[in-house]
Amino acid sequence: MNNGWIEIGKVDEIPRRGARVVQTAQGDIGVFRTAEDEVFALRDKCPHKGGPLSQGIVHGKRVTCPLHNWNIELESGQAVAPDEGCAARFPVLVENGVVYLQV
Amino acid sequence: MKQKLVLVGNGMAGVRTLEELLKLAPDMYDITVFGAEPHGNYNRILLSPVLAGEKTINDIILNDAQWYQDNNITLHTGKEITTIDRRNRKVIAADGTAAGYDRLLLATGSNPFIIPVPGSDLPGVIGFRDIKDVDTMLDTARKHKHAVVIGGGLLGLEAANGLKLQGMSVTVVHLTETLMERQLDEVAGKMLQKALEERGLHFLMATQTEAILGDERVKGVRFKGGLEIAADIVVMAAGIRPNTALAKKAGIYCERGIVVNDTMQTYDPKIYAVGECVQHRGNTYGLVAPLFEQAKVCANHLAQYGIGRYKGSVTSTKLKVTGIDLFSAGDFIGDETTESIVMKDAARGVYKKVVLKDNKIHGAVMYGDTVDGAWYFQLLRDKTDVSNFRHSLMFGQAHLGDAGHGGQNAAASMSDDMEVCGCNGVTKGQIVKAITTKGLFTLEDVRAHTKASASCGSCTGLCEQILASTVGDYSSTPKQKPLCKCTDYTHDEVRKAIKEQHLTSIRAVQEFLEWRSPDGCSSCRPALNFYLLAAWPNEAKDDPQSRFINERSHANIQKDGTYSVVPRMWGGLTTPAELRAIADAAEKYQVKTVKVTGGQRIDLFGIKKEDLPKIWADLNAAGMVSGHAYGKSLRTVKTCVGSEWCRFGTQDSTGLGVKIEKMTWGSWTPHKFKIAVSGCPRNCAEATIKDFGVVCVDSGYELHVGGNGGIHVRATDLLARVPTEAEALEYCGAFMQIYREEAHYLERTAPWIERVGLSYVKEKVVEDAENRKALYARFLESQAVFQVDPWAEEVANEEKRKAYIPIKQVG
Repeated sequence: MNNGWIEIGKVDEIPRRGARVVQTAQGDIGVFRTAEDEVFALRDKCPHKGGPLSQGIVHGKRVTCPLHNWNIELESGQAVAPDEGCAARFPVLVENGVVYLQV
Repeated sequence: MKQKLVLVGNGMAGVRTLEELLKLAPDMYDITVFGAEPHGNYNRILLSPVLAGEKTINDIILNDAQWYQDNNITLHTGKEITTIDRRNRKVIAADGTAAGYDRLLLATGSNPFIIPVPGSDLPGVIGFRDIKDVDTMLDTARKHKHAVVIGGGLLGLEAANGLKLQGMSVTVVHLTETLMERQLDEVAGKMLQKALEERGLHFLMATQTEAILGDERVKGVRFKGGLEIAADIVVMAAGIRPNTALAKKAGIYCERGIVVNDTMQTYDPKIYAVGECVQHRGNTYGLVAPLFEQAKVCANHLAQYGIGRYKGSVTSTKLKVTGIDLFSAGDFIGDETTESIVMKDAARGVYKKVVLKDNKIHGAVMYGDTVDGAWYFQLLRDKTDVSNFRHSLMFGQAHLGDAGHGGQNAAASMSDDMEVCGCNGVTKGQIVKAITTKGLFTLEDVRAHTKASASCGSCTGLCEQILASTVGDYSSTPKQKPLCKCTDYTHDEVRKAIKEQHLTSIRAVQEFLEWRSPDGCSSCRPALNFYLLAAWPNEAKDDPQSRFINERSHANIQKDGTYSVVPRMWGGLTTPAELRAIADAAEKYQVKTVKVTGGQRIDLFGIKKEDLPKIWADLNAAGMVSGHAYGKSLRTVKTCVGSEWCRFGTQDSTGLGVKIEKMTWGSWTPHKFKIAVSGCPRNCAEATIKDFGVVCVDSGYELHVGGNGGIHVRATDLLARVPTEAEALEYCGAFMQIYREEAHYLERTAPWIERVGLSYVKEKVVEDAENRKALYARFLESQAVFQVDPWAEEVANEEKRKAYIPIKQVG
């Protein structure tokens, strides 16, 4: 695998309805796994006050920030209305049970 | 082919129904709207501020032309429907415009009642109902001097106030001795009258209008008894009548209003009706909240969901007339079957009266200080037995106006830059702006948009007041609150189903109770996880992913994403060896702050998540376990030194504290649970603000429950006095178990006891010895499962340890 895709681990290493953290020089990225085994990656910083989204409760395709309960869409990184803000997205690819990330 | 839906009446109730419908079924209908007025939908309640010059028409528009366009709604303004052809299913307007329908929604509102006296048809005699009336008043105020308002009810007083502010000399004529007699009793009515007179309004009380004088336009008013006064404009505000003319003409059954059933259908099931034109179970409504409830139910039925039913509303009125705070709800006059408690402080301009029937609130009226209106209204709706706090009922729910907003208890007197919500730093001005610019009507809306009252909730009363004074009216309808947005079932219904249906997993609960979302939300998942563990400690499997992060990582998350760690110190006791181990760990993991907690523990701050298992291992090695400072669980047992050292100590409070903590640690509860044991009535361990507190006395142990030292300081209630330690332990376990089995998730013992009543708890725990023993046995049974040190468990399990470290490091 190439084209900037970085292997980060197996899907099974991320808890279902949970997340793991990828540490980068530019800051943490949260890699989320839904109940349906979809995988998403967002900058691990809530647009509200910078809370670590990876530590939140994952439900449907959303995560709730552990600091002040903002809900963030995993697909878009957008805060759910009426809150406003966005956490940066990162492209994710899952192949043969392995997760790849473009940073 | 889409079905055709026609709405007659482009006002708040009708358009709200469309908004609700579009949320549920955006593509189901071709929608056409007819409005007699030449505007889009506007907030009729805010006509008073427009008249008073505080707002413009543009400020109060709720749906502009763009909204109708965006939603593909055909809008006909300025066209009054005059005929419903039910046979051919079409409506016809005065100008001949026609539209066919499959479903018809009538929201024709109400008309002002024009008293039938000679001259009532003269130009210059108007109601106070729409933008046209306001324009007429503003225009008259520019050219003329004298205004007469007939009717000293809410609408009349608002009109009078507005006209006065526009520079007119205003006389209010009222038929009875008391202003707003439907909302206020005599005392409050007189206080209101005095305050308004000080603002320059004139009143003619107990006065009947005989004729309106004038030739081409109104010149004056004559009353019974012969008094005549000059008038350039007469505003009729003697009440409103449901506008049923169109429905009646079409042969739809009407009484006072258009009669509808619980799904808002008229006697013709293709024709629905909502709003002020409706009569439901004998009642008509003129406030916003009931109309919006109706809109919701009607939209549900139009979308063919069919599950919602409107069951009527109990309304409260909490209205601001020119900066005067008023509140009333229910039956506040009373009769021979009721009792009244009255508090009157004329110098402060405060009057409160609560009417009780069988120790339950039957009605309330308040003037001047209305911050507790929402609380009384809640007690009224919940039919709470107030006998246990009847002695303090009139002083209100002490916490409103307590922590976080400096004792403010009247929103009207606050300036725009004053802080309302001390948690989220929200000012009154920000809330008012959100309400007006975003068209908010409910407390939930205000919470969502501004975050005010969304954290600790102590400013809820203030927020409701601001909502009431900004929106113009505010009322809520009685309803059991659903657990969360994923379901309509309440906490109690969910708990009952878990027990009766023997449901042991979150998935099973969600399937059985037909959850709306595939896997719940961040509110219901932790609640369900707790309810399952409480009901089936031996069977239900804990789901870490449904726990808040603190309980998942057994530490407290801090604002920078690091954690704090608190080892357990039984009864607040420690040893030099433990302190040494804590000091070593603090240095080794570069703890930034070491702090002694209120619960007599040591808190280590600034620990990185990946270091958690390591510091736990070190603390475990020194014999310490998790302090559960992060959990909805037993937190700490705080003690004083007691008879072992203290010259006043009556019993071994420290020893008992240790025993209680050994028994209760590791227990999951609906919310955090704090215990304290004091060795004598001097109460150095502050046991009377804990969830469970023991105060040792010479003859034994006083057991106190339901205290809270937080947002709302609440001293405990005395549960019982017992002679032995063994009994103190048994009562403690039994009390925790009944709280665990019956309280709602995230409900502390204080509000729980206020909700169910102390006498209920006493009946189950004190008077019924058999039940107490059964509760205690169930408590110990589940403790056998839960008393596992989570730190040691995580440290020992390699799989679990992985959750604490990054999956990968890049760059």
